[in-house]
Amino acid sequence: MMREYKDKQNVQAKSYYNDRYWIAPRVPTFEPSSDAQFSSDLDSLKEKFTVNEAYIQLMHLVVYINPEDNKQVLEYLHKELGYGRLMELSAIDWLAKSGEFEVFYEMLNIDTAKRIRVKCFIKETQAIESVQDIFRLANFAEREMYDMLGVKVNNHPFMKRILMPDDWQGHPLRKTYPLQGDEAASWYEVDKIFGKEARDIIGPEIRDSAAIDRYDTERFSRLGYEVKFGEEYSSEKTEQNYQEDDGVFLVKKLHKDHTKTITDRDR
Amino acid sequence: MAQHKVNYTENGGLPVALTTVDKLVNWGRSNSLWALTYGLACCGIEMMATGASRYDFDRFGTIFRASPRQAEVMVVAGTLTKKHAEFIRRLYDQMSEPKWVISMGSCANTGGMFNTYATVQGADRVIPVDLYLPGCAPRPETLQYALMMLQKKIRSEKADKSQRPKRLV
Repeated sequence: MMREYKDKQNVQAKSYYNDRYWIAPRVPTFEPSSDAQFSSDLDSLKEKFTVNEAYIQLMHLVVYINPEDNKQVLEYLHKELGYGRLMELSAIDWLAKSGEFEVFYEMLNIDTAKRIRVKCFIKETQAIESVQDIFRLANFAEREMYDMLGVKVNNHPFMKRILMPDDWQGHPLRKTYPLQGDEAASWYEVDKIFGKEARDIIGPEIRDSAAIDRYDTERFSRLGYEVKFGEEYSSEKTEQNYQEDDGVFLVKKLHKDHTKTITDRDR
Repeated sequence: MAQHKVNYTENGGLPVALTTVDKLVNWGRSNSLWALTYGLACCGIEMMATGASRYDFDRFGTIFRASPRQAEVMVVAGTLTKKHAEFIRRLYDQMSEPKWVISMGSCANTGGMFNTYATVQGADRVIPVDLYLPGCAPRPETLQYALMMLQKKIRSEKADKSQRPKRLV
């Protein structure tokens, strides 16, 4: 049966229907003063550093700081305020909106079970200071941030890609990076193994995993109608059995009419 | 001088079996297919289950080897990523001729559900594949059947050493 044809080119871009009265749900935010612990932490943070914005969201205190202060702020939170663990560190791509990355640091205070999210905005080409000598986690996390988004980190001991191969082009988690890869990505394995001149022989990637051509007997064989490699397609049914017709070395093929069925159980 | 007459061409006359060299060689090859352990993703779990005692690959003469030098068949079990593509090619080149490849599961066949930048869209872009095994993941019985089909394929091939090794490029 053939699959019904549907244009898959632009499914994501088109909305299925519009509801004029639908309002996008937002996570509610609260004032930092609504939590005693958070407000005292924020006050002591404000004494030393510039805080651009602060609010409580999903039981986290979210603090926006200047990107130049990131290391000092994290050190202060770690040494003075007891946020001893850096849980996660990464960036968000806002390049299309404002030409900026939003770098965030997710921190946890084990004693008070409070979490702080430190955020800052940096320009696309701006580098951020590494925090790997305060938190060991930052070593791999900053490499991943560089690998996936292209955020550069200063004073990192080993600033190389962590997941993608070293000779990969582009940063895959940027919003502008196509899901199925760019030109370099689609030929990556061919270029690397066989060289660019083999592109014509191997051909472009077939992205439709349901692509079938039953008349192409070099690449497909129809179940129950198998023919040998490269032979003409035949609509004659082939008998599918494990053993060869004339048997193999030392083993004869079992013929049904040479067998004897025992019907008498008490024999 | 034997007093009785022996028909040497008849089965059971003496312990002599007559066959062609092709058949003898292919019989040996097809019944001692040592496989390279090549579990790349979840299909690898099914491949391990096929090798374990319940399904027992050993009775086909298929023993998993951890070295490409000792292996005849490579069961590509799982998602082949672009970063890994050069290593699978290197391991394939290190296997001694004759060698065969079973591409196990949707991911190895076509890239499967991983229609992304990081997945090779079919292992046959990198190495020549003899047998494609559909499924996500194929059950151990299916892998057994694939191996039996590969045995059948080997027996129908020529054992001639001068046959050209399979190359993509």
